[in-house]
Amino acid sequence: MAKKVKFLQGNEACVEGALMAGMTFYSGYPITPSTEIAELSAEKLPRIGGKFIQMEDEIAGIAAAIGASLTGAKAMTATSGPGFSLKQENIGYAALAEVPVVIVNVQRGGPSTGLPTAPGQGDLMQAMWGTHGDHPVICLTPDSVKETFDLTIRAFNLAEKYRTPVILLTDEITGHMREKIEIPDASEIEVYNRIKPNQGDEYKAYKVYDGDLVPKMADFGSGFRYHVTGLMHDETGFPSNSTKNAGVLMNRLMAKIEDNLDDLITYEEVEVADAEYLIVSYGGTARTAKAAIKTLRNEGIKVGLFRPITVWPFPEKQVAELSKKVKNILVAELNYGQMVREVERVVKGNCDVRHCGKANGEVLTPEELIRAFKEVL
Amino acid sequence: MNHPLAEGFFRMEKLPHIWCPGCGHGIIMASIARAIDKLGLDKDKVCIVSGIGCSSRAPGYMDFNTLHTTHGRALAFATGVKLANPELEVIVIAGDGDLSAIGGNHLIHAARRNIGLTTICFNNNIYGMTGGQYSPTTPTSEKGTTAPYGNIDKPFDITQLAIGAGATYAAKTTAYHVPQMDKLMEAAIAHKGFSLVEAISICPTYYGRKNKKGSAVDMMNFLKDSFIDHKVAEKLPPEKKEGKFLIGEFLNKVEPEYTEQYDKIIAQLKK
Amino acid sequence: MADSKENLTIHINEAWCKGCGICIAFCPKKVLGFNENGKVTMLDRENCIKCGMCQMRCPDFAIFLGGKE
Repeated sequence: MAKKVKFLQGNEACVEGALMAGMTFYSGYPITPSTEIAELSAEKLPRIGGKFIQMEDEIAGIAAAIGASLTGAKAMTATSGPGFSLKQENIGYAALAEVPVVIVNVQRGGPSTGLPTAPGQGDLMQAMWGTHGDHPVICLTPDSVKETFDLTIRAFNLAEKYRTPVILLTDEITGHMREKIEIPDASEIEVYNRIKPNQGDEYKAYKVYDGDLVPKMADFGSGFRYHVTGLMHDETGFPSNSTKNAGVLMNRLMAKIEDNLDDLITYEEVEVADAEYLIVSYGGTARTAKAAIKTLRNEGIKVGLFRPITVWPFPEKQVAELSKKVKNILVAELNYGQMVREVERVVKGNCDVRHCGKANGEVLTPEELIRAFKEVL
Repeated sequence: MNHPLAEGFFRMEKLPHIWCPGCGHGIIMASIARAIDKLGLDKDKVCIVSGIGCSSRAPGYMDFNTLHTTHGRALAFATGVKLANPELEVIVIAGDGDLSAIGGNHLIHAARRNIGLTTICFNNNIYGMTGGQYSPTTPTSEKGTTAPYGNIDKPFDITQLAIGAGATYAAKTTAYHVPQMDKLMEAAIAHKGFSLVEAISICPTYYGRKNKKGSAVDMMNFLKDSFIDHKVAEKLPPEKKEGKFLIGEFLNKVEPEYTEQYDKIIAQLKK
Repeated sequence: MADSKENLTIHINEAWCKGCGICIAFCPKKVLGFNENGKVTMLDRENCIKCGMCQMRCPDFAIFLGGKE
């Protein structure tokens, strides 16, 4: 089968990946630097019988996607900083009501309107803690156009598999950068579809069986008349004020993530085998780190890179292991210190942890990172 | 023997509902079910969507595909449901605060698109679930817990708001005028395009007490005496119309429906 | 629902009645009243014209026309 080679932006690759994963619905609101995702979805979805709608605001953008998902559609919305803030309440809704949905946040410089056309990585903590209340979250960060394509597919698959919102956290660097990518044939791509009840089955919308953590999900309109609510509910889906029941539900929601870390966590390691020093970086900034490591290695310095691809749940075990082998960890990210807190938390003092941050809308250059690295040395 | 409407269209095990004695919401909810019955709709193909508030608890009792969403967002969720699966009959139940305050943006845009949703506003002129704060439909000078000296806001006329925004069906009725309400509900649900029925409800517990409106029966008598069908009103001399509020069907016109328009684009692209 | 009126009678589900009195107040024949529990009761079944207005205005599905048992 002839491979399709394209020269794409990260945002365009996101749409290509979404379509490959089976996206049939997109709803959103224009915002820089994510708008190309909406534009391309608007062009492509009706061609395959899917639906695109530009909603009246960011909140409606995610709300309509959740509504569509309940009818069986694979739905996505995309946004950037300010819009991500506005979507938070309904991310929590999707988490509690267990509705698969993919939310793309192409990060820009914040806070507030900030720097709309410049990159940032200041939304990492918000991706995890943005909505109120404890809740399960899966968040993936690509560092290239190809990986944006791959992770968009993975985001849909995980949303379907775990019935939870999945956040694809890209940034203006990967979103607007153009790279050559090979689009694989559909037959080479693994696509996961939510498990539905069989017609005629007795159906309790939120009941799990025999150690399962994810209930089957019926499409609205398919003959199972059930109730979906953002209130605490029991296994029938109807509201319940019982604290015992709320505990059972919350434990199950969190266990969907906690008990499946091996399935969820992916990462990349570069030159870590003999590393004495480690740089931890992600998304567009990891490319800076890769360039810096090449230079430093040429100088004979044994430095490696650990790049979380899944940032939530955080690869605790992996970082903790590495922290026992290296003298120092430098976390490079475009903010005043977000992932570094997670690294500090899991390293537990095994080694020295430092931060190299920048949040003025510029990318971090390899020279800057090398300078910061040498200061730490 | 069970109540035939309750047995046919409601989740019996969830009844009686949580609403206070004399709350008008139960009357309006029953009218929606009678309209669905009259129209002979397939229960599996009906989806009821609500936001947050007293009225938004209705879907939990109704035996259809039911979706209780976040505050103000019912129409946005419903838009996704309807566009993704246009064969579903999607009915949105929303209170006055839910629909015209926090969800006001979604109301005007759903109306503008003329998407095939039916919105039933349970308008009790107050935020009931949170204990009686003034809403965008609380009349000027009336009281709420957050308007202890009288409301200085000007109220929305939700029916006219929907018309102004582009709805193609709009009607107003009250919890007293049940035969009229039944007819309007039926017409609104059967209507292709965005339809809205504003049903004036009564809240004896908060609005009634705070504003000394008397019992549920007194409040129903107020509805009976103060609201007249606008078509009847046309023929009345001015002195008989004074101080009366108009109800009835205000708009019923045909315009292209959103999901059909979208399907046309899909069909065109297939050629 | 096709039953002719002769086969119908008013049924009351006292457990669901919240005693608001709406059906009693707006009964055109005034055949309904409160019982000792403050719930609706049929006082004058003979004069009930089975118009169904009590059922239509009851917010609680507590009163309805149904077949005679």
